[in-house]
Amino acid sequence: MAEFLMPSLGADMEAGTLVAWMVKPGQEVKRGDIVCVVETQKGAIEVEIFESGTITELLVQPGTEVPVGKPLALLRREGETLAAAAPPSPPAPAPEVAAKVEAKVLPPAVAEGHGPRASPAARNAARALGIDLAAVTGTGLGGAITREDVEHAAAARPPAPAVPAAPQRAIGMRQAIAAAMGRSKREIPHYYLSTRSDLGRAMEWLRAENGRRAVADRLLPVALLLKAVALAARRFPEMNGFYLDGTFRPSAEVHLGVAISLKDGLVAPALHSVPDKSLGDLMRELSDLIQRARRGGLRSSELADSTLTVTSLGDNGVDSVLGIIFPPQVSLVGLGRIAERPCVRDGKVVARPTVDLSLSADHRVSDGLRGSLFLAAIDRLLQEPEAL
Amino acid sequence: MTREQIKEAVVQALLGVAPETQASALRSDQDLREQLEIDSFDFLNFVIALDKNLSVAIPETDYQKLATLDACVDYLAARMQPKPQDGTKFPEKGAWR
Repeated sequence: MAEFLMPSLGADMEAGTLVAWMVKPGQEVKRGDIVCVVETQKGAIEVEIFESGTITELLVQPGTEVPVGKPLALLRREGETLAAAAPPSPPAPAPEVAAKVEAKVLPPAVAEGHGPRASPAARNAARALGIDLAAVTGTGLGGAITREDVEHAAAARPPAPAVPAAPQRAIGMRQAIAAAMGRSKREIPHYYLSTRSDLGRAMEWLRAENGRRAVADRLLPVALLLKAVALAARRFPEMNGFYLDGTFRPSAEVHLGVAISLKDGLVAPALHSVPDKSLGDLMRELSDLIQRARRGGLRSSELADSTLTVTSLGDNGVDSVLGIIFPPQVSLVGLGRIAERPCVRDGKVVARPTVDLSLSADHRVSDGLRGSLFLAAIDRLLQEPEAL
Repeated sequence: MTREQIKEAVVQALLGVAPETQASALRSDQDLREQLEIDSFDFLNFVIALDKNLSVAIPETDYQKLATLDACVDYLAARMQPKPQDGTKFPEKGAWR
């Protein structure tokens, strides 16, 4: 028998509130299945299980606040009989692993597509009003719960404040960001580099490529940039991994954290194994990630796995961004705005689309020379867009 | 489709990518991206929604013509115009045979 524990989704997380179970006692689960939604100060997170087996008992009712490391449910492991009583071990990420992530904040919404059928507006209203959707009778299409249904249910009984109210959550997000960024600046000796990359070929290739693609399959320049960063990171292991307990641990995989702005803060969930993915797949996954980050439904693995973060503030019109590293990661790549700028080519000043790439890196792990070679490698990869 | 209907479709597509938009507060002659604080991903999803709901193929090179609400309506109205009856701009009937 194993215990499924409240995971730590950030070094500063002490407790989370169980919002909903996605499984029932007796249900079989596979490693990676989402078993519950937990509300933290960073928002609602879908928690995955890290062992396969059968859920035997749910120990906690929705609405309960549970400290990190306390059991939420019992699991009979695959192949285990009812009688076999192995000592409990945590199927949830161990605190050290989960401590990889800090200041990961999420919008207040339960994942869509789970639990009773309800419109996103109804789910948002239910959360805001502290209403359990399972207890609401739906009057919408096919019995779906509408916002009006939720409001009627709320009027019928005093709202139970099971989850933090929105203003409190916004404060929690800021606190989480403050904790992570404060720790980063206290502990990590950052050094900063930047370079300007000529995107003339990349943009030309992209125009031609998008001309062949249906609207829904078109690529944005950010897909090329992310792929180039990830491919370069694979060749510069000292930029990709975690600094834990005074030691750098490089990562074999490149999972790019992508900084996504939210109304009340910021989240940087992981795009997994970026070097192995096509540009089209990256676009689809990034689009999905952004939507889930904003509407709710990020998964615990996405909050724990990033090995290197990329922040792109270019859309907001700034030329460059020098970011703060997300501990315990050791570098962060900043992407500025893509715009036509004067460049010198063959002794003449010409207008070329360019982007300013920046690197913030941990001087405990790497030196400026390697950092500059890393940026140069990204630039070189961008000169051959067809190979990305 | 009338201009009003096109405008409504554009507003609906915008609401899809920026749900907190107050349609009444939208200035039709000002930059949409700036007013709604939408990024390139949101904008792409906006174009996808227009393509799907209005069946208008919008090439990437025309994105710049969708900067404001007014510009969107102008552009889409022009793209959606029924084919000219005299056939001057399009191949004569039978030209494909």
